Amino acid sequence: MSDAKTEILERIRRAVGPRPPERTVDYAATERHYRHSGTLDGAARLDMLEERLRDYGAGVYRTSRADLPAAIAQAAAARGKRRLTIPAGLPREWLPDTIEFVPDESDSYAGLDCGEGALTACAAAIAMTGSIVLAHSPTEGRRALTLVPDYHLCVVFAAQVVETVPEALRRVAAAGARLITTIAGPSATADIEMIRIQGVHGPRRLDVILVVD
Amino acid sequence: MSVRVGEAAHAPAFPKAAKRLLENAQLRRNVRRATDTIRAKRAKVVAEMADWQELRAAAHEIKEHTLRYLDFYLERFEANCTRAGGQVHWARDADEANRIAIGLIQARGQREVIKVKTMTSDETGLNRALEAAGITPHETDLADMIVQLGEDKPSHIVVPALHRNRSEIREIFLRKMKLAELSDRPEDLTGAARGYLREKFLRVKAGFSGANFAIAETGSICVVESEGNGRMCVTLPEILITMLGVEKVIPTFRDLEVFLQLLPRSATGERMNPYNSIWTGVSAGDGPREFHVILLDNNRTAVLADAESRETLDCIRCGACLNACPVYRQTGGHAYGSIYSGPIGAILSPQLQSMDHSKSLPYASSLCGACYEVCPVKINIPEILIHLRAKLVESGYPPLVERAAMKVASVAFSGADSLAAAQGLARLCQWPFEHDGQLRNLPGLLGGWTDFRDLAAIPKESFRDWWSKRTGGQDE
Repeated sequence: MSDAKTEILERIRRAVGPRPPERTVDYAATERHYRHSGTLDGAARLDMLEERLRDYGAGVYRTSRADLPAAIAQAAAARGKRRLTIPAGLPREWLPDTIEFVPDESDSYAGLDCGEGALTACAAAIAMTGSIVLAHSPTEGRRALTLVPDYHLCVVFAAQVVETVPEALRRVAAAGARLITTIAGPSATADIEMIRIQGVHGPRRLDVILVVD
Repeated sequence: MSVRVGEAAHAPAFPKAAKRLLENAQLRRNVRRATDTIRAKRAKVVAEMADWQELRAAAHEIKEHTLRYLDFYLERFEANCTRAGGQVHWARDADEANRIAIGLIQARGQREVIKVKTMTSDETGLNRALEAAGITPHETDLADMIVQLGEDKPSHIVVPALHRNRSEIREIFLRKMKLAELSDRPEDLTGAARGYLREKFLRVKAGFSGANFAIAETGSICVVESEGNGRMCVTLPEILITMLGVEKVIPTFRDLEVFLQLLPRSATGERMNPYNSIWTGVSAGDGPREFHVILLDNNRTAVLADAESRETLDCIRCGACLNACPVYRQTGGHAYGSIYSGPIGAILSPQLQSMDHSKSLPYASSLCGACYEVCPVKINIPEILIHLRAKLVESGYPPLVERAAMKVASVAFSGADSLAAAQGLARLCQWPFEHDGQLRNLPGLLGGWTDFRDLAAIPKESFRDWWSKRTGGQDE
């Protein structure tokens, strides 16, 4: 008996039968008449992102680059947070001195479980779907950082906001990301009588700070 | 090779199972309520998309292209996943896939595994196999957990516990989580699940997932979810095993831009589901240290061989066809006797089992076409249902009486004289059952129609008689 891989591949070749010899030509011929880019201007794009983030129960703040530390302090205070875990690469000039920040340097998860929340940057945000895209760079942290704690505060710069899903995926692909997480609002379920409940296993609260210059 | 789809081989035929379920008023209310809610949400967010039809067309073309070169894309996926530190295993059938998974978990001395919702592992009956091997599987999707703790069966592809209401769920949780008190508010029930599973997420060292997409170009896996249990299962354990059907591969990362727009809107009526996780092999300092992929055939290659129903494999398991189906909306998922229920189940289950089981399923449809209309990848389900019915007829499936009746009908409709004779005979026989132009209480098999529906009596004068009287026997 041949091994499973050989046998499955043989079955497939038998099953599909004759096909055009040039696979790349066949792939290129797939018609993609959907929207590849957005049409909104910057302000409308931000408004749409904000509206859709709120629609999913995320909190949204707007600020300027200069006032970013103050906005972080305000958002954390509004949730009663005094101590946030941050990725090792997060720019220190963002941080207000009213809160304690702990760089996430251990490789355990128990510490994150006891922590009050996480503050991170992101790779992109999608206005149409109200999503944040993380590519887990040094400013966004390892995946567990924005998963295990009960609170996630995320900083989004206006230049990172795109309108459509294809634009966002092009950005992270260009950056060569191996790990990608997209986040639309706090974790949620509708498994009980189709009633949407916010906060299941991921962070139960998500706030976003939009930095507009 | 033995192909198994859950426990479908032992399930009763659809009409028999459906009849029993239709008597359960609570279940029908739960199913109706849930499907109405998702349908309304889906319709709203689909209407937002000016390019919805273009996305559907592109998805269909990408899937068809992928199936044409499936061998190439699977090998490319394997090469890229391996390069990124993953290990790829191939499984011809359910038992082989289960054996690989169990072997990997046992070799690392693990006795428990945390699982994120995967239809494929339901198909292979993995949980039962794990338990037989002394390994405890913990389902972590809220609905899967309700099904597992309630020792129940899933009834929907996306919302497996849709047949349960809050008070039923409360009772299951109270009993199985050994809680002293719990209200039936969905918030509290969800909170109980969070508390119950958190300890397991942090402690259990083996994780198991399915995959929504496997990207050949990069060797990455994409898992689409809402609760964060998926992120937990693919991030926190030391060893992660992902099992997927061979049809889940897509050529490029770019192709995700199509499917990630179609899937959430179709499945849960959201613009985007709360979480998508994409990972590539293993990454230092982030996530599992060991990653295995099991590529499962389990007769998918036989489905691939039938050009007329091949597109069954395009399915991205969104469940939109279930919610749209007038039959599913009455019976719920259990009547289908398979983990794949509704219109997609009616075409997938019998094909995966080489038409040996689930033979009644291609008939569990009114062929209204609602499933085709909502399908995000444009699977022509009604056409495939008809194709499968034809295959079943060729194999002699329908009962002798039905075939005999069809033969008689075929003679009666073959010419004007035979039709007139048949009408005359029917007119003669119908008088004991006719009241006010309607036939009631017909005997035998025919009663199956008249017990529940109107049937007009055959009129005294046929159209042909009337026409020939009017034209004095002269045809135009």
